[in-house]
This record gives sequence, C-alpha cells and structure tokens, in this order.
Amino acid sequence: MKRRNFIKKAALSSLATIVGADIVFGNMLPSGYELLALQDSDPFKMFGKDKEMVVLNDRPWNMEAKAHLLNENITSNKYMFIRNNGKIPENIDVNTWKILFDGESVKTPKTYTIQELKEKFSHHTYQLTLECGGNGRSEFNPPAKGNQWTIGAVSCATWTGVRLKDVLDDVGVENDAVYIGYHAADTHLSGDPKKEPISRGVPMAKAYQEETILAFQMNGKDIPLAHGYPLRLIAGGWPASASGKWVDGISVRNKVHDGTKMTGTAYRVPCKPVAPGEKVKDEDMCIIESMPVKSLITYPKSGALIKEGDKLKINGHAWAGELAVAKMEYSIDFGSSWTACSLEQPVNRLAWQQFSAEISFPEKGYYEIWAKATDDQGVSQPMILPGWNPKGYLNNACHRIAIKVQ
Amino acid sequence: MENNKHKDFTDGVLLIYKQFLLIFFSLGLFICALLYVKADPSFSFFRKSENTIAYVVIDEDKIENGIHLSTGLIDAEGLMTVVHNCTNCHSAKLVTQNRMNKERWAETIDWMQEKQNLWDLGTNEEIIINYLVKNYPVEKKGRRQVLTNIEWYELEN
Repeated sequence: MKRRNFIKKAALSSLATIVGADIVFGNMLPSGYELLALQDSDPFKMFGKDKEMVVLNDRPWNMEAKAHLLNENITSNKYMFIRNNGKIPENIDVNTWKILFDGESVKTPKTYTIQELKEKFSHHTYQLTLECGGNGRSEFNPPAKGNQWTIGAVSCATWTGVRLKDVLDDVGVENDAVYIGYHAADTHLSGDPKKEPISRGVPMAKAYQEETILAFQMNGKDIPLAHGYPLRLIAGGWPASASGKWVDGISVRNKVHDGTKMTGTAYRVPCKPVAPGEKVKDEDMCIIESMPVKSLITYPKSGALIKEGDKLKINGHAWAGELAVAKMEYSIDFGSSWTACSLEQPVNRLAWQQFSAEISFPEKGYYEIWAKATDDQGVSQPMILPGWNPKGYLNNACHRIAIKVQ
Repeated sequence: MENNKHKDFTDGVLLIYKQFLLIFFSLGLFICALLYVKADPSFSFFRKSENTIAYVVIDEDKIENGIHLSTGLIDAEGLMTVVHNCTNCHSAKLVTQNRMNKERWAETIDWMQEKQNLWDLGTNEEIIINYLVKNYPVEKKGRRQVLTNIEWYELEN
C-alpha cells in the first residue's frame, strides 16, 4: 500500500516538475485517469484562484465566481473573476516597464516608467467595483454570443495607484481631446503581432474623475498577473473592459477611440430598445458607459434548508455603476411584496455597498429570496430580463436564491 | 537389516519433511500473494509504465461516452472539421458555451474572418455550421428560468 503510494507520488512529482506546479489532489487521482492537456497548468494554482471558481474558457482565460464566494466586503484575488481577451503577456519586467502617452490630442508624446509614476504623482487607494459588461449574458433569449457569464463576473477590490488626470496634466492635453484609449501588452489569440486583443477607453470626463487611476497595487500587493500586473487602468463602475490590464500606452484622442472592441457591436447596446432577436445595424449601437444598478445575495449560499420558526439572516452587496444605491429590498413571495434591507454607505464613490436583513418565513415550504436594489435616481433592478440586446450585455435582473423551510 | 530399517525410516522422515517444507513454502507464497493482491489489487507495482510520464500524454483523438476528450466537443458528423478549424485560436469551451442558429453562426464566422484572422473555410463552413446547430441547438429560455442545480444543505444557525 505504502509502496504503491510512494511510486505514485514519485510519478506525480515528476509530473509536477513538467507542469510547473503541484498536482492538487494528485494523490486522489484514480488509477488509469488521464490528466487533461498536460501543457495547460492548473489555472486555480496558476492564478491563485479558489477551486470553486468556474472556468468558462481556457484560451483565452475566463473564470467567474459564484454568489456565495463573493461574500467578502473587499474581494480577494482568489474570488476575482478573470476576463481575458488575448494571451497574458510573458516575461514582464517591472523595472523596464514603460507607459507611453500619445495620440492626436497630446501636446508632445511622453513616456513614464512605473518608478517615475510612483515618485512623481501622489498615490490614491479606492475600493472600485469592476463588472464585466457581459455579466449575466447566459440568461438572454435568444442567446447572445460570447462567454456565458452567469452572475460571478463582478468584483470590488481596493486599487492603489496614481490619478490618470494628474498624469494627463503632466503630459499636456490639447482642448480638442475627446477620449482616451489604452494599449496593452497582451497578445492576439491568432498570434498576429499587428493585432491588439483589446484596446478600449473612456471619454475625457471619466478619464478626469478622481477615482480613475493607473494602479500598481490590488488589495495592498502587486497586482496579480491575470489582473494586469504591473500596471492597470481602473475606471470603476464602467464595463470592466474599460479598465485595461498590462497597460503600456494611453492615446489621447480627438475623436471617440476606435481601438479593438470599441467599434461594431462590442460593448455596445442598441441606442433605442429593440425586440428580442431583432437585427441591429452597427450605426444604431451605442457604447455602454455606466453599468446599471445591481445586487447579489452572497449569504447564505442558495439551497439552504432551515427549520420552521428559525429566522434567516441574509447579506450581500449592491452597486449602481456611476451612481450610488439608495434602497435595497428583498421579497420572499416572488416579488408580490417587498421589505427593506438595511443598507450601508459605500466606503468611497464607485464601491459596492453592503446590505443585510433578517427574514421570518410564514410556513414550511419552498421559497425564493429575491433582491432588488434601487439607485439614487430611482431606477430599480427588473425582476425578469432587461431589454434584449444582440451581445447580451447589462443583465441586471434581480438575484434569486432558493430556501426550504422544513 | 537393522540398518536398512533405520535407513528406510530416516528416508521416510526426510520425504515427509520435504513434502511438509514444500507445502509450507507454497502456503507461504500463496498467503504472500493474497496479501499483495489485497494491498495492490491492480498490480500497479508491476506496471511501471502506467506511472511514468508517457502514461499521461493524452490521445488527441480519443472519444469516450460520445465526447471528444481533448476538446470536450460532442462526437458527431463534422467533429474533426470543427476541431481543426475552430480550436486553433480559442478554446472549444467558447464553442460549446454558445447556442446559435445557422444564420448567427454564419455571422459569427464572418466576424471572425473580418476581425480575428480566421481563414476562408470553403466547403467546410457548411459542415461546421451543420455540426453546431445539430449538436448545440438553441434552447428557448423565456424571460426568466426556473432556478436549477440547487445543492440543498442544512444551514446551521
């Protein structure tokens, strides 16, 4: 028995040498089980992710959380979703990394090393909500093309860096500036060196917000590789694709940035509402700016069985893109009646807010707890899917968990 | 006479002794074998090749339970055409997550050709689209689905 394990372990450790990581649960591999794709390292180990995270795509890497994994007020790396468009850059040297400011609307192009950014400009830390524009896509009907995110493509970590506006002021920007667009070091899936996997941006007003930063830290440490090490643009409250990872360039444009995934149907929704499945011309699609109001019940995990007479405590987060959440409610009768939750203020603008409630159930049976946030403009989450759009963005339908009272 | 009798006697004892020895030895061996089988029913100790690196190298074309193991795609007509044309740049997971009709797959292919360096698929385009719509058909989901895949658990207060 021991001998056998020893032999197996020896084989696994040589395997681990090849894979470049320990084979987690390797001792539990049934004999005869073949490891899938030896060339791909374990993504959980490679990116420091929790085993309960869900891999949607492994080339490029796309991984999402489940609601109960997002219970922390400040999202840890291990529960942070990954949405990559290209290949993660290799051989990053933080000491030689440079960011070039150029474009039609800079007075003169200028380059900074990370050290120069750190020394020249004051540092700021904000907790910022980043949600993928396509979070919730899997629910749209007819289905929308792309990664089929459910609810877990959202995070709210703390980001530390320098304000983009401070750097832009130092570079010198012309009055005709309209938009900034980022450029990054990730490479195109096809291997074509001339193609950028993604190069999005934001209008000047968003670029000049105090919370829009060039970050070199996440949660007080170097940014994890999968999340943009060594430098990431963070534009909280907007589709997370506006927060470019591995950033090595900012173009100040005198028109709306036309980089990859800024044009066509990418990160755009119909300017005017359309019927489900309707064809929409590219020129009738408008760029998504702020994300809509939304919330998640992060405790308890869906599927809780409780005893009759017991009260149930729930809690979670609510956010509203550029806006704040003003009201949070729950329903246990499929939206027929709503009860207010207690709701905390955000730690800073663009951070998600915590809500909690204690629920009594009238009798035994199956319940769904529905959560509904309302933003400070009076706009609430819909109970069913919001307006259909060709690419399946902006699904902010209320989150639901299942409970049985026995 | 006396000597012969004694010799016969000792020979007999020796024979019995040898027979006993053989029986005990075989019994011992048998018990050892039994113990080993109990400890290592798959005889893995003797199959060293199974535990070497070569053993885990996957067979690219292996199909198990109707699934092409290296990509996760359903084994059906057109499978290898899809594998060869649709998994070079991106993972097959991007294919299997999606549900589209013929027209929308065709649009998606056009988009990949325009933006993502996909080559001209020629007559393979029809084979690929037919494979996709047949094996990954569009499901009607309505405006909100019933909650599924609920893992029930006792919540301790």
